[in-house]
Amino acid sequence: MTEPLLEITSLVKDYGTGRRALDSVSFTIRTPQLVGIIGSSGAGKSTLIRCINRLVEPTSGSVRLMGADIPSLSSRELRKMRRQIGMIFQEYNLVERLTVMQNVLTGRLGYVGFWTSVRYRYSEEDIRYAYALLERVGLAGFENRRADALSGGQRQRVGIARALMQRPKLLLLDEPTASLDPSTSRQIMQLAQGVIEEQHMPALINIHDVTLARTFCDRIIGMRDGKLVFDAPPAELTHARLVDIYGAYENDEAGPRQEEPA
Amino acid sequence: MSDTAFGAGRRWRPPTIFGSHKLRAAFFLAVAVYLVWSLGTLQFDSQRVLRGFVRAGDIFARMWPPDFSRSTLLINGMLESIQIAIVSTVLGVLIAVPIGVCAARNLAPRPIYLAARGLIVIGRTFHELIIAIFFVKMFGFGPLAGVLTLSYGSFSFVAKMLAEDIENMNMGPVEALRATGAGFRQVIWFAVLPQVLVRQIGILIYRLDSNLRHSTIIGVVGAGGIGQTLSAAFSKYDFDFASAILISIAVLVAMGEFGSDYIRRRLR
Repeated sequence: MTEPLLEITSLVKDYGTGRRALDSVSFTIRTPQLVGIIGSSGAGKSTLIRCINRLVEPTSGSVRLMGADIPSLSSRELRKMRRQIGMIFQEYNLVERLTVMQNVLTGRLGYVGFWTSVRYRYSEEDIRYAYALLERVGLAGFENRRADALSGGQRQRVGIARALMQRPKLLLLDEPTASLDPSTSRQIMQLAQGVIEEQHMPALINIHDVTLARTFCDRIIGMRDGKLVFDAPPAELTHARLVDIYGAYENDEAGPRQEEPA
Repeated sequence: MSDTAFGAGRRWRPPTIFGSHKLRAAFFLAVAVYLVWSLGTLQFDSQRVLRGFVRAGDIFARMWPPDFSRSTLLINGMLESIQIAIVSTVLGVLIAVPIGVCAARNLAPRPIYLAARGLIVIGRTFHELIIAIFFVKMFGFGPLAGVLTLSYGSFSFVAKMLAEDIENMNMGPVEALRATGAGFRQVIWFAVLPQVLVRQIGILIYRLDSNLRHSTIIGVVGAGGIGQTLSAAFSKYDFDFASAILISIAVLVAMGEFGSDYIRRRLR
């Protein structure tokens, strides 16, 4: 059996509040696939994703990506590892005052030195790739627009291009559609699904909307109170299993209480 | 059976931060008593005030017409003040930027944050005039003491504003850039700087403007610039020359105010 792409073992995160945000979570990704993580707000979805690239430091456990154990990396090694992990955020997290192209190129920061990045001396190949990505996400011709002049959907497209600019081996998506309207959400999900397929990489997506998760994900992980309580293809996500994940689960179509986007 | 009956006979007053309304009344009474008592003990006697006004009339009479004949002395003093203002603003800002970044709770580790904050608090404890007296004692009369004084003042002011600006920025882009594997300097340059730059340039210009004003006064304690000339003129009862200096300072400050206003409006 080949080495798994991502292997998480007994991952624990304790913020010191008395309740574990992540309680011994383990799962493995062996093939390029889109894995949806569902669960109520506060179930630990966001913490789980952030423990992978150590935006949140895990308390214990192991995260193996491409043969390296991420929690034990030095800060220098961690920065190198982070280049391989693209991340897409709910609030897009673009630098508002910079242009679309400047934002996309920040995806290369981990690969170039400080002065190279300050003077924008990126290789011709990087620039060509950035243009290609803008075209792929449907923003051809937008390179010199400022990020704060874009709509929510357009901003998230820039966010996707920035993540892909890293040429990542793994993509993390933290509620990428929670700030978008339903129709834009579907478009963004289609785009994300498309690029993940094209690049044959695994991706983990936190998602509130169970319907979207069912439609787009190859596999679904359910979290409840920091524990992994479900891990199977979407077809096995029955009403009874949803009750396991969310407690009382009322309406499949509307998704669980559409409230605070974590 | 009416909705007026429901609240009838009840009274409601907005709560006060004092907890009770009696306490509030007592507080304001105490303030009033203290003010009256202070005026009494500070020998605020009307006779002295009156005599002062008479003397002021005399001084103003001797200040007119202003005497611009000693123009070299005047111009050199003004130029020195402008130099002090510009040099000390640049020096102060150069020191303020790294300290300001260190004093931002959301970027710096706690010990560094506390040390930088401490430095800023110490810097803001004493008024610049006191610092100027100290530097004049250390380095003697002249513009060196003035430059050091105003650099010091600019540093603590700009560092505090920068730190607060950084603490209020959106952490999202910082998180996003960290996630790409960007280094600390890259995060500062690409995620922090764009968010704080415009406001900080406004603060820098404001500080230049206020250093211009300050540089005209610190000379009074011997720290160089036009203030030193002014102080000398006053002590020699050269009131007509003093008034020429005062008018020049007023023009300079007005120009600085006008210029900084203009630039800050353009920045928005």
